[in-house]
Amino acid sequence: MYAYIVRRAVYAVFILVGVNLITFALFFKVNTPDDIARLQLGVKYVTPEAIAKWKTERGYDKPLLYNAAAAGRHKFTDTIYFEKSVEMFRFNFGRSDDGRDIAYEISSRMWPSLALAVPVFLVGMLLQITFALMMAFFRATNIDFWGVVLCVLMMSISGLFYIIGGQYLISKLWNLVPISGYAAGFDALKFLALPVVVGVIGGIGSGARWYRTIFLEEVGKDYVRTARAKGLSEVVVFFRHVLRNAMIPILTGAVVTIPLLFMGSLVAESFFGIPGLGSYTIEAIQSQDFAVVRSMVFIGSVLYILGLLLTDISYTLVDPRVRFD
Amino acid sequence: MPLLPVILWTDALIYLLLAAVAGFVWYVRRHEHLRAPWWRVAQTPAAMSALVVLALFIAIGLLDSVHFRLALPAAPAMQADRTASRDVAYAVDVKSMLDVLLSSIANRPERTYSAPLATHAYAKETVELPGAGGAPGKQVRAYPRLKYGGAHLRDPERDWQADVVLTGFRGVALALPLWLLASLALVAACTPAERVASRDFWHAVWGGKTAVPWRAILITLALLALLGVPVILLSANYHVLGTDKVGLDVLYLSLKSVRTALVIGTLTTLVMLPFSVLLGIMAGYLRGAVDDLIQYFYTTLNSIPGVLLIAAAVLVLQVYIETHPDVFPTSAQRADFRLLWLCIILGITSWTGLCRLLRGETLKLRELEYVQAAQAFGVSEWRIMLRHILPNVMHIVLISVVMDFSGLVLAEAVLSYVGVGVDPSMISFGTMINAARLEMGREPMVWWSLASAFAFMLALVLAANLFADAVRDAFDPRVRVGVRKLRFAMASGEA
Repeated sequence: MYAYIVRRAVYAVFILVGVNLITFALFFKVNTPDDIARLQLGVKYVTPEAIAKWKTERGYDKPLLYNAAAAGRHKFTDTIYFEKSVEMFRFNFGRSDDGRDIAYEISSRMWPSLALAVPVFLVGMLLQITFALMMAFFRATNIDFWGVVLCVLMMSISGLFYIIGGQYLISKLWNLVPISGYAAGFDALKFLALPVVVGVIGGIGSGARWYRTIFLEEVGKDYVRTARAKGLSEVVVFFRHVLRNAMIPILTGAVVTIPLLFMGSLVAESFFGIPGLGSYTIEAIQSQDFAVVRSMVFIGSVLYILGLLLTDISYTLVDPRVRFD
Repeated sequence: MPLLPVILWTDALIYLLLAAVAGFVWYVRRHEHLRAPWWRVAQTPAAMSALVVLALFIAIGLLDSVHFRLALPAAPAMQADRTASRDVAYAVDVKSMLDVLLSSIANRPERTYSAPLATHAYAKETVELPGAGGAPGKQVRAYPRLKYGGAHLRDPERDWQADVVLTGFRGVALALPLWLLASLALVAACTPAERVASRDFWHAVWGGKTAVPWRAILITLALLALLGVPVILLSANYHVLGTDKVGLDVLYLSLKSVRTALVIGTLTTLVMLPFSVLLGIMAGYLRGAVDDLIQYFYTTLNSIPGVLLIAAAVLVLQVYIETHPDVFPTSAQRADFRLLWLCIILGITSWTGLCRLLRGETLKLRELEYVQAAQAFGVSEWRIMLRHILPNVMHIVLISVVMDFSGLVLAEAVLSYVGVGVDPSMISFGTMINAARLEMGREPMVWWSLASAFAFMLALVLAANLFADAVRDAFDPRVRVGVRKLRFAMASGEA
């Protein structure tokens, strides 16, 4: 199994190099550093000297992929692609356009993101599974039917509506919690309550329906019939056999999203004024800060690949039938 | 000719999609095994009600996809000259058929916000009262009358309520006969004449006993008529859903947003469909190095967080547009290109799921007897993929297309909020919500833009979800099993 994991990890490095090439192509090949410099400097101040200075300051004054002027291996290493990529892989992201250290920003903004994302993930999953269990247990009755109707209805409502509606109802009309903002320590609780509730409600529709199909699929299997034939009650069959077996696809499916919790939620964070990585990304997108967006793309990919790796491992842990060669 | 047709990029693709759908329908009608699942869809009441609503949205979207530039009235002095040279000047702005139909509500801008059905503006302004005998009048802060909304009322305080209620009733009274006529025509067009004439048939319809759920369809039509006709009548004199910040009618904006939503929901899957089908089948059938390469390709693309990839791509396009202004002469073309670009990028981030599903299904199919028989006969690999594999995975493609639609419509609103959605000048649900969001803090709240955008989106997405569910149920329950099996295959190292 260790050989398998090592193999997957090596594969992950190759994928990361691919991701890096794609983002590099997007950010540097389609828009040359000259284009970005012109955009950043503004129309008024564009002179060849100013562009050259801008490029030197940020290390963009080199060939993109192949440096014909350099000697030996420096032909490949003395380029924008190589230098920027190496720095990326060392998690050294450089500075954003307003001169701040990106790595420091990320490490300090990670915590508010997690403070929102982790409760939403845990509470949300618990509620979704509970709701799905109820529908599956009372399958083919009115409870199941109207539960599915409710799920489809909730799925069809835009996530923005939950946020705006929640802010209006709970913060503005009932005055229970502040509309937006954030504070460190325990004060964060009153700022986080509403976003967590909204996040949980927004995810319930699609989540519960998806888990319901997993439960129903499991209910139709042969071992369930065997358990009933043994004379077990429906409750025991359902909660001891079906639930435990259905947890395999549910848990392994959830593993891939766990690392991505670090990235935070783009929309919720900026709506509720939480200074996490999601709102950082949005600000960077809106101010066209390419260095920050590129760093976030890189981190997001690293986390996703980590999630894939964890999924592979979790299969071996929860399901003894899965073997690797 | 008084107008110059303009075919935008997305228009062309929509026409192509229409042709493809028409071809698909023609193909399905001639094949019994394909007709059967569609017949099951046609027997689902929820799906048929949803289809009626969807058809209305699609009609609006199609009307909005016929673009042209109107000819400008030639100046009298130049007229002789012009007719001689047959040279007509066309307006700069691109209009659509829907714009012309809605011109009565589109061309009545107020100054700023006004509530639904209002006669007075939302905010107080300094108004000059007429002074006695030509003397300068007194200036007071008051809610000014709207220029168009309720302009026909002499005394709005007294007449407004009666007028609205009366117009509403007239709408309802007009809707009922219209609905009866429409339903008779529809039922007669879809069933043999002798059955429509019989009393038993109508008993069956109202008892809900017909194979096609006519009762559900007719009730949906009735609701639409009861909602639509009064709105049409009221919109002659009022802004039924209010006006937005620059005084544009919100009803007009909502109807215009429908096309954007439909384009994003359909074209996104359409533009990447050939790639995902081709690559998915190739990976599953050819195996080996091709499989490895394709898998590497889609895992890499999948690893980039979707929103960030979209953001990066849209940023890139923005820079490109700003540095190459000469490529896009008009703002409509620029907005349209950005919409297409958004579809392509959304497609790139979402095609991998379908590709993976198809690969898994092809892996299963290639071991079946009929494929082995074809191989034994010496049929070429490409021909096997085209003739034997492709028709047997088409149901997965269809299901994935209809299931993706609603998610994409919802995604558009979020992306526009993030600032990487459609062009800010393009009317869409996202831009409507984004503009209205900033006014949340106002007192009293400006709720009508938000409410309209969310209500239209809910109707569209709910209809799409219900229809998609029926299609999925009718076509194949195996798909889900396919996903699970595939996960096992990947986990067990086959991948």
